Amino acid sequence: MAIAEFFLEPLTYRFMQSAFITSIAVGILASTLSVVIVLRGWALLGDAISHAVLPGLALAAVFNIPLTLGGALAGIISSFAIGVIEQKTRVRNDTAIGIVLTGAFALGLVAISKLRPTLDVFHILFGNVLAVSTYELQLTAAVAAAVLLFFGLFLKEIVAYTFDPVFASVAGLPSNLLHYILMVMISLAVIASLQTVGIILVVALLITPGATAQLLAKNLLQMFIISIAVGITSAIIGLYLSFYLAASSGGTIALTATAIFFAAFLAKRLTASAVSR
Amino acid sequence: MLSEAVVVDGLTVAYERIVALEDVSFKVFRGSITAVVGPNGSGKSSLFKALVGQVKPRRGVIKILGLDVSDARGKIAYVPQREEVYWDYPLTVWDVVAMGRIRNVGYLRSVKKNDEKVLAALEKTGLKELMHRKISELSGGQQQRAFIARAIAQEAEIYLLDEPLTGIDAESEDRLFDILSEMRRIGKTVIMTTHDLSSTFEFFDNILLLRNRVIAFGSPEKVLTAENLASAYGSERVAMHLTDVGRVAGWR
Repeated sequence: MAIAEFFLEPLTYRFMQSAFITSIAVGILASTLSVVIVLRGWALLGDAISHAVLPGLALAAVFNIPLTLGGALAGIISSFAIGVIEQKTRVRNDTAIGIVLTGAFALGLVAISKLRPTLDVFHILFGNVLAVSTYELQLTAAVAAAVLLFFGLFLKEIVAYTFDPVFASVAGLPSNLLHYILMVMISLAVIASLQTVGIILVVALLITPGATAQLLAKNLLQMFIISIAVGITSAIIGLYLSFYLAASSGGTIALTATAIFFAAFLAKRLTASAVSR
Repeated sequence: MLSEAVVVDGLTVAYERIVALEDVSFKVFRGSITAVVGPNGSGKSSLFKALVGQVKPRRGVIKILGLDVSDARGKIAYVPQREEVYWDYPLTVWDVVAMGRIRNVGYLRSVKKNDEKVLAALEKTGLKELMHRKISELSGGQQQRAFIARAIAQEAEIYLLDEPLTGIDAESEDRLFDILSEMRRIGKTVIMTTHDLSSTFEFFDNILLLRNRVIAFGSPEKVLTAENLASAYGSERVAMHLTDVGRVAGWR
């Protein structure tokens, strides 16, 4: 009884119901993208997009346009800027990402502090689970559904492009289009996570589930399944922790994902040494 | 019937102020094997990038089977160098070879497990027994054959191989040349880059000796003279060494 109560009590609150649905949707969405981000080595790029969304949100708030639109545009522009710097100069990819990441983030901070001091930077960066509105819940669910659908329909093209980009373009696939669709999806995942984990800690969900799955999976399908399972589990456990510890939900969700990664790492080491003995 | 597979006329490729290729012209017929030879930085990879439309030429014309590069997509298959591929993907040999069918199968459809083209390509490259193995677990030579199998499954006419002799052992090299000979026999065109001058040059129909411009183009006997090699590789000493290697290999 007590155990059932422990799990059910948070669900009696309206805001927690919304928070659970939104977090699980973000978990699914981010962990699906996570597989490609990890395998392709885009971890730093995901980090950059998450930071770059900030000025888009700030300017959208100032000009009263939907935050989603502003954030998505900022994410796309920054990934485009990284691509251009990399191609047109001798600057290396990680350097280009570093330049755009910090520049965009700084622009966001300046814009917020100068133009809209009422916008709570802490909540944008690290989430504010109390404030999930119905609109945001629907938006997040819609984005998660769109990403799953896109991966379901175009998985072989996504894999071909991210595994061997030159092959994809020589074989006649629309590589640039695929690239920017993936960038848009990462941007949308960041924006969808605004309320629950925040735009900075969503990086944990964009990287860690895929990395955990990489430790355990034997093939690509397994990798998606494990990654999504880790994403959902992190969201659920993280929210319970947030509720009972009265701690930041972004922090508890990201910490749960990290804990699962290390648990998987240890489990793998232990079974490997048991087998070799 | 001798028809032109690749015609390059006056090709100039430049990145900002660095000229990678200058006024390069040559012609390759169907059913031939060409080696593009030259030192590092001689423009070999720029030539490939131009052939597949990855860089826009500053000047010059490229015709692939009579078509512009942008219209010839899919007619060219590209076998990458090891570093160009993301090896973390947990893909099997079959998965990689099946990628070759991606355009023929089309969107929203998956490649069937018993797809004949994929199985035939695996057979041809001697990888059928290894088809369920992870690509990252294979030897360098086997990995390369998997990418050649992918190119075969693509049913392309022209095969570009980027430094295929790098990092594979002598046995793999023999198997590679066997596969390429078979492709030549059925009328496919192969162009490969190499800086490995110890390979058996009599195997090739043409050698394109590059050093940002064409030093020489034609049959191995015609191209691989001490004088040409000296102007490609810069130093008389290197060229002398190379001709010695050649004499041992028996191509002159």
